[in-house]
Amino acid sequence: MSSFLSYLITGISLGSVYAIIALGYTMVYGIAKMLNFAHGDVIMVGSYIAFLAVGAMGLPPILAVILAVVVCTTLGITIEKIAYKPLRTASPLAVLITAIGVSYFLQNMALLIFGANTKMFTSLISIDAINIGDGTVVVTGETLVTILACIFIMVCLTLFINKTKAGQAMLAVSEDKGAAELMGINVNGTISLTFAIGSALAAIAGVLLCSAYPTLTPYTGSMPGIKAFVAAVFGGIGSIPGAFIGGILLGVIENMSKAYISSQLSDAIVFSVLIIVLLVKPTGILGKKIHEKV
Amino acid sequence: MKKAVSMMLALALVVGTLAGCGSSAPAESSSEAATESTAEAGATFKIGGIGPITGGAAVYGTAVKNAQEIAVEEINAAGGINGYQIELKFEDDEHDAEKAVNAYNTLKDWGMQVLMGTVTSAPCVAVAEKTHEDNMFQITPSGTSVPCVQYDNAFRVCFSDPNQGSASAIYMGTNKLASKVAVIYDSSDVYSSGIYENFAAEAKNQGIEIVVAESFTADNKTDFTIQLQKAKDSGAELLFLPIYYNEAALILKQADTMGFKPIIFGCDGLDGILAVEDFDKALAEDVMLLTPFAADAEDEATKSFVGKFNEKYNDTPNQFAADAYDAMYIIKAAMEEANCTPDMSVDEIGTAMIEAMKTITVDGLTGAGMTWTADGEVNKAPKAVIIKDGVYKAM
Repeated sequence: MSSFLSYLITGISLGSVYAIIALGYTMVYGIAKMLNFAHGDVIMVGSYIAFLAVGAMGLPPILAVILAVVVCTTLGITIEKIAYKPLRTASPLAVLITAIGVSYFLQNMALLIFGANTKMFTSLISIDAINIGDGTVVVTGETLVTILACIFIMVCLTLFINKTKAGQAMLAVSEDKGAAELMGINVNGTISLTFAIGSALAAIAGVLLCSAYPTLTPYTGSMPGIKAFVAAVFGGIGSIPGAFIGGILLGVIENMSKAYISSQLSDAIVFSVLIIVLLVKPTGILGKKIHEKV
Repeated sequence: MKKAVSMMLALALVVGTLAGCGSSAPAESSSEAATESTAEAGATFKIGGIGPITGGAAVYGTAVKNAQEIAVEEINAAGGINGYQIELKFEDDEHDAEKAVNAYNTLKDWGMQVLMGTVTSAPCVAVAEKTHEDNMFQITPSGTSVPCVQYDNAFRVCFSDPNQGSASAIYMGTNKLASKVAVIYDSSDVYSSGIYENFAAEAKNQGIEIVVAESFTADNKTDFTIQLQKAKDSGAELLFLPIYYNEAALILKQADTMGFKPIIFGCDGLDGILAVEDFDKALAEDVMLLTPFAADAEDEATKSFVGKFNEKYNDTPNQFAADAYDAMYIIKAAMEEANCTPDMSVDEIGTAMIEAMKTITVDGLTGAGMTWTADGEVNKAPKAVIIKDGVYKAM
């Protein structure tokens, strides 16, 4: 029972990281109708910035996180302006390929600048582990902070979208770009804002990910990026609560299948779950069915 | 305007990709030692080396490259092989099979006659295909997987994976280290799963019970808490880690966080764990590993080698360095036995040295009286070391 609890808690923590990353995928998809495959690599950039800020510049953890968020936000907006905006009217396939190109570009730049050597990331979270029931269940500070951060981000984001003008503009753009523009909404500005928020979340996810699993390479972001994409589709791409539920479920399923089925097959099981969900409910758990008007 | 921007983007992508490629084979990876003495001797033997100087296994490749340079300097200073000096060139492969084959082609263009390499298993298997085609003599210091030496022309200094797996089980059995053992291995890696299979087979004979055998894959190697939790719950006294040092460093850290403190036993893949950047060496205290070389051994040969290595590279050599150092002396012994000269072709040198390998006996750092079978395997006794206060101690 105690080991089940600890599997569950680490699963939720892993899922929280997926959920934060998945938010970036799902918001960008909802608003710009494109899959930003470079999102995973923005996570990696954020982790390197935090790593350098703490290691080389000696900044306190909180400033390191802020610096990572600022750099990633700038990076996200720059990528959008240079790589995606000129393709706004091009076919979705061209945008997808560009996103993959940007992803490789970021990985190779990181290889060039930081080298291929694995860096040991020192955790930015200095909260002691909590022991429950005489050390049978250990909840690390990283796990706790990750889960709390995820909930906090979800609440803030929901409030932002429902209560602010910019959030309402996002909703409008996601529903109908043309109509939103006619109503006087700055569509390009809204899309840039979406990328900014997504990339800022990616920076936070990167710091949390590398604090919990302390290795850092130029490929650190790619697998969590893909898993988070799965989580976004699983929960219903375009839906913010969907990304949250999808992320948490995916993390728990991954850990449970590692624990009770096979540690070797856990990835295969995760992706099978995606296939099954899509077969049964093609729009994902919370995805909206879009009625095509004739 | 839009067109101009997208052109620029395309250009940026191309430049980025090229730059990425460029960085993968840095120029400093090739080194030439003792070239100054080549002019007077006229003809020289051209010996190549391949291994990871960058990337996840860089610790191994760097050790091999450095030790190879020391051995070549010694041999050249003592008059070379059959009176001819050695010229050396080392290429980086980043522990990647494709890049290793590229490195091999580069060295062949340079005029390599004998290959000492490659350092890690997967690239070694790929390069062995090429040396077999050319009948080039190849000796790997540390390529442990079985197919590394599947052809006549390839030999090795270290034990093969099967030998490491069964040797680990025998070592645990004879020294009564534990009766309940948990294993965490990399199922996507031929080295790791090869050791595990042979360990499992031999463990039965040694009265060792494998209570948990967990695996991970290359795509999923950052979170080991589940595997460790299962090992902890199973009551294992010893955790066997037939994996490479990067993952092992993470496992040690995560095990420490969850308060799991078994005896840790690994194979040569753990060698290098003390060199991981920002790794807390206290976590590796009392870790045991099967390795043919301990830098604190008291014999003359080891002392002299460790002294030179320290002086030149300000570092303590690991077993990979010792394997590479031995490999160069094995090449020397075989070339002398076969009466090779630099004007012979790659094929002629290869054929002559293959015959010579069956008859020579070499006393090296990694074992006394090493001999070789026709299928390329070495005969020598297994040894283990333990980490105390951040250094290896012979057991």
